[in-house]
Amino acid sequence: MHRSPRRCRLSHALEQIPPDRALPGQALPDRAGAARRGGPARALLPLGLLAPSLVFLALFTYWPVAEVLWDAAHAVTRRGSRFVGLENVSALLADDAFRRALLNNGLYAAGTVVPSLVLALGIALALDGAGPVKALLRAVFFLPVLIPLVAAAALFLFLFLPGIGLIDYHLAKLGLPGANWLGDPDLALGAITVLTVWKNAGYYMLFFLAGLQAIPGETREAALLDGAGPLQRLRHVTLPALRPTFAFVGVIALLNAVTQVDHVVVLTRGGPSDATKLLLFYIYEQAVERYDAGRAAAATVVTLGLLSALTAVSLRRAECSSEDPR
Amino acid sequence: MSRPAPPREARPAREAGPAQEVAPRLGRALVAGLALVWALPFWWMLVAAFRHPDAGPAASLLPPLAPTLANFAEAWASADFPLYFLNTVLLCGGILAVQLVTASLAGYAFARLDFPGRSLVFGLFLVQLMLVPAVLLVPNLKTVAALGLYDTLPGVMAPYWATAFGTFLMRQAFREVPRDLEDAALIDGAGVWRLIRHVYLPLTKPALVAFSIVSVTSHWNEFLWPLIVINSPGRRPLTLGLASFTLSAEGTQGWGVIAAGTFLVSLPLLTAFLVFQRRFVNSFLASGIK
Repeated sequence: MHRSPRRCRLSHALEQIPPDRALPGQALPDRAGAARRGGPARALLPLGLLAPSLVFLALFTYWPVAEVLWDAAHAVTRRGSRFVGLENVSALLADDAFRRALLNNGLYAAGTVVPSLVLALGIALALDGAGPVKALLRAVFFLPVLIPLVAAAALFLFLFLPGIGLIDYHLAKLGLPGANWLGDPDLALGAITVLTVWKNAGYYMLFFLAGLQAIPGETREAALLDGAGPLQRLRHVTLPALRPTFAFVGVIALLNAVTQVDHVVVLTRGGPSDATKLLLFYIYEQAVERYDAGRAAAATVVTLGLLSALTAVSLRRAECSSEDPR
Repeated sequence: MSRPAPPREARPAREAGPAQEVAPRLGRALVAGLALVWALPFWWMLVAAFRHPDAGPAASLLPPLAPTLANFAEAWASADFPLYFLNTVLLCGGILAVQLVTASLAGYAFARLDFPGRSLVFGLFLVQLMLVPAVLLVPNLKTVAALGLYDTLPGVMAPYWATAFGTFLMRQAFREVPRDLEDAALIDGAGVWRLIRHVYLPLTKPALVAFSIVSVTSHWNEFLWPLIVINSPGRRPLTLGLASFTLSAEGTQGWGVIAAGTFLVSLPLLTAFLVFQRRFVNSFLASGIK
């Protein structure tokens, strides 16, 4: 019988009993143990345990990828479908609205990821440690994470309202001119970005807080004894130690910039003049409002390609940072 | 106060040193100011929700002198919040119940069984972390329709019934369970399901709680996928109800009513967070692996 290395670590009486004659009359209850030993009928046990998950993964993760690839390469007409290769994708890339969505999403990703990470790090540095005031402030920054993005959008609808809205009303009191934040093509994407930073910075703060707690106290004390000032300690002790956290939170933030568009649906519907059209909103629009399955599929394929590239980079980074001696 | 700390004694240096430095204090003051900005939308929501619609400008941040529930009454009357609430609870409960079964079965297989292709299959699971159903909405909608689940709550739930994140979390937790306990249970004649249910799950409650919090929070707040699957107003979850309610109240400039509705929708999770702060925070940290 094949002995797996893990089994060798076991020091149990059961180990001494040859598998074929193990506990006669209890063959059924011993399935898990038998499967570990590779018994022929029991080899099906892992499959049985994984099957419920695999069925749903097949239906809603693997099959849709295959389907979207097929759809992207075919044109559907009344007389059936026909293979068109990359025609859908090239038509997609020729679509100004899609190119605009690609550009918008890039700007939106940069505009949300960088400020969110800088703010989250700053907040975590200031609020690390015990004390009721710090705990209260941490909770304040975390509250937006818990409300639906749609609820945040409902609040910001009034914040950004021209004239009588929260921002314009108080700007006017200070004698400053307001703006049509969501209605001006030059400002709308910025307004959406502000909302996203407000919503997510508190989530990323958690990871920086956890990263800070993982820095050994002795490292900090050694730096203090060497007479390092706060900025030197930040540069030479804290930031290097937080490098894995940065890589990791950056990837989460990038994924969020592609996969969350609820606020766009509620606030701007991609407008004004495509200024807030993001990739996923474009897909939604093509599929649900224009019923253009081929175009939607091609856009999904391009988005998935971008997502996989991001994830591949993140995995490589995670591997490198896990080798970091810290 | 401003005397420098003795240079060669670690303890006083650690406590007194940073406290008197300028840069960190400045940073803390800035962050405290930032917290006020962060709290502003919530503060406005509370003020506007409890203020009478005719009492002054909608953007005022002064607490109302005579708080009223009129906005809540109007919000309650103009949208079927109890029904939306019930739908959201059914949605979150229906997703979580199935997820707990699929994730603990698969988690056990990955944690405790040797089988050919284990790491390959595990990698196939992790693909789901990247391919969120929202991105695959076009093909998933077709599948849901083909299964006869269009415009039903199970149609919204089904793509989430397998969970890579939950499987990963349960696998990590199950690995910590001492193997001696398993072998003892096997001798007692327990089947695999009973083994998981009565030995593994009771010992991994923290992981179960962490996963449940993340799962319920994310589906409580979800919008785009239910928006696509659900058509009947009577099957809308809270987020869809709030969105349509907001758009109709916007037309009548009912800002206090919108604030009240938003408050109602956000209240359950905010309350749960304030009561179980630590558990929430730990769960969200665990969710970072996605």
